[in-house]
Amino acid sequence: MSDPKSNDSSRQALHVDGISFSYGAKPALSDVGFKIAPGGFTVLLGQNGAGKTTLFSLITRLYDAGQGTIAVVGHNVQTVPLPALAEMGVVFQQPTLDLDLSVMQNLRYHAALRGMRKREAIARIETELKRLGMEERQNEKVRTLNSGHRRRVEIARALLHRPRLLLLDEPTVGLDAPTRQTIIDHIHHLCEDEGIAVLWATHLIDEILPSDRVVLLHEGRIQAEGIVADIVRTAGVATISDAFTKLTRTEDAA
Amino acid sequence: MSAVHYLRCFIGILTREALRFIQQRERFLAALVRPLIWLVVFAAGFRAALGISIIPPYETYITYEVYILPGLIGMIQLFNGMQSSLSMVYDREMGSMRTLLVSPLPRWYLLICKLMAGTFVSILQVYAFLGIALLVGIEVPILGYITIFPALVLSGLMLGALGLFLSSAIRQLENFAGIMNFVIFPMFFLSSALYPLWKMQESSVLLYEICRFNPFTHAVETIRFALYGEVNLWAIAITTGTFILFLAFAVFGYNPAHGMMKRKVGT
Repeated sequence: MSDPKSNDSSRQALHVDGISFSYGAKPALSDVGFKIAPGGFTVLLGQNGAGKTTLFSLITRLYDAGQGTIAVVGHNVQTVPLPALAEMGVVFQQPTLDLDLSVMQNLRYHAALRGMRKREAIARIETELKRLGMEERQNEKVRTLNSGHRRRVEIARALLHRPRLLLLDEPTVGLDAPTRQTIIDHIHHLCEDEGIAVLWATHLIDEILPSDRVVLLHEGRIQAEGIVADIVRTAGVATISDAFTKLTRTEDAA
Repeated sequence: MSAVHYLRCFIGILTREALRFIQQRERFLAALVRPLIWLVVFAAGFRAALGISIIPPYETYITYEVYILPGLIGMIQLFNGMQSSLSMVYDREMGSMRTLLVSPLPRWYLLICKLMAGTFVSILQVYAFLGIALLVGIEVPILGYITIFPALVLSGLMLGALGLFLSSAIRQLENFAGIMNFVIFPMFFLSSALYPLWKMQESSVLLYEICRFNPFTHAVETIRFALYGEVNLWAIAITTGTFILFLAFAVFGYNPAHGMMKRKVGT
């Protein structure tokens, strides 16, 4: 396994290396490792309970990893967490907006936590809300927004401080198909246009594009990694859906 | 991370707490109604039953309403600390706590900012309560409204730190009801908030000793003396010591490596 402190690691937006973690005696992740280059879009694919949210909690240092290392733009999350966290934007699986505050107040709060100047924060908020078609809603209370709009606000919030790594944990769960597609397209454009690296956790196969890189996680272990065509070919099946079914079922049988 | 970043973060957390407080009018009213019922109803009923002798910092006989005023101020801050704790457990359950914890600043600093913001809100409540108390005829020395301020900061921080520690230890929102029974009520009733400790000593030496060890007693006494422009060094020392202790427990509790945050939130 490569050393996350090496030059190779500093060139990666995210370098997860040999991560293992357990809740008491129950293992949740076992020897997980992968890299995401700047501008890369990687899908972390896994069923519910595969370990995706645990991995997100380790990358964002909500928990400390038991074994292994995680580096974000060359900064080791365990040893130098603050510069690592500064490079990250995060959209958690659970909604994390304050319902009693307006969209603008929520985003101003986040900007303050990131140390942004007032003028810069307002300019960035207006830019990100406009890109997501939410500029007219900035003074509305979050409680009045539907779940799709709340998700857009959370994505705007995660991008305010111009992160180099964007983590999204099942961001489209519970959203209708058009909203899901809008969000997926928006995030792909961010990768292509701005070079932001993205780790997109999901259990929904139809969110994966043929060009996406996939890390298939099952029961805390990586079962396959690569672009869609490689995973399909290696599994000896016709589609990524079949590959997902086969690779996860094989492990169950074992 | 520059000092300006730290300052902006503090202002951001303070602003958020103030906005939440303004928009949750029911919370503000509840915070005032509770001690007012004690002041107007309870004190009226017990005025005759509980005679008060001349004890420091008072220089003359006082009415029961005057005696319990500092205790009710402490009650406001105690409930506010627990309200903040409940809010943090709720935020953690709902996920919004994560936004704060993944900020690129030391976790201990984020917790202190949260604590100071909660203390600020409790002080606003206390001054509103003092204003209403004045309207119903309970006066304190004019300078007392100023000299009480540092005492309110200290007691607010101590009780807020207790709430912060409890929020790190409570695993589920449902468990919070137990806090009412096992923390708030014993702390409040086993203190000098409602009756002087010599009265308690006459009834039970054991209860008296428990009251003496209760940090809430010392927070109330810090406030009581400050309200009359006096300093109770012993009470200040105990309140400060317990503040540091509770804060240390809270920081430990929220430490990702050692604390109680290590719990299953879904995989």
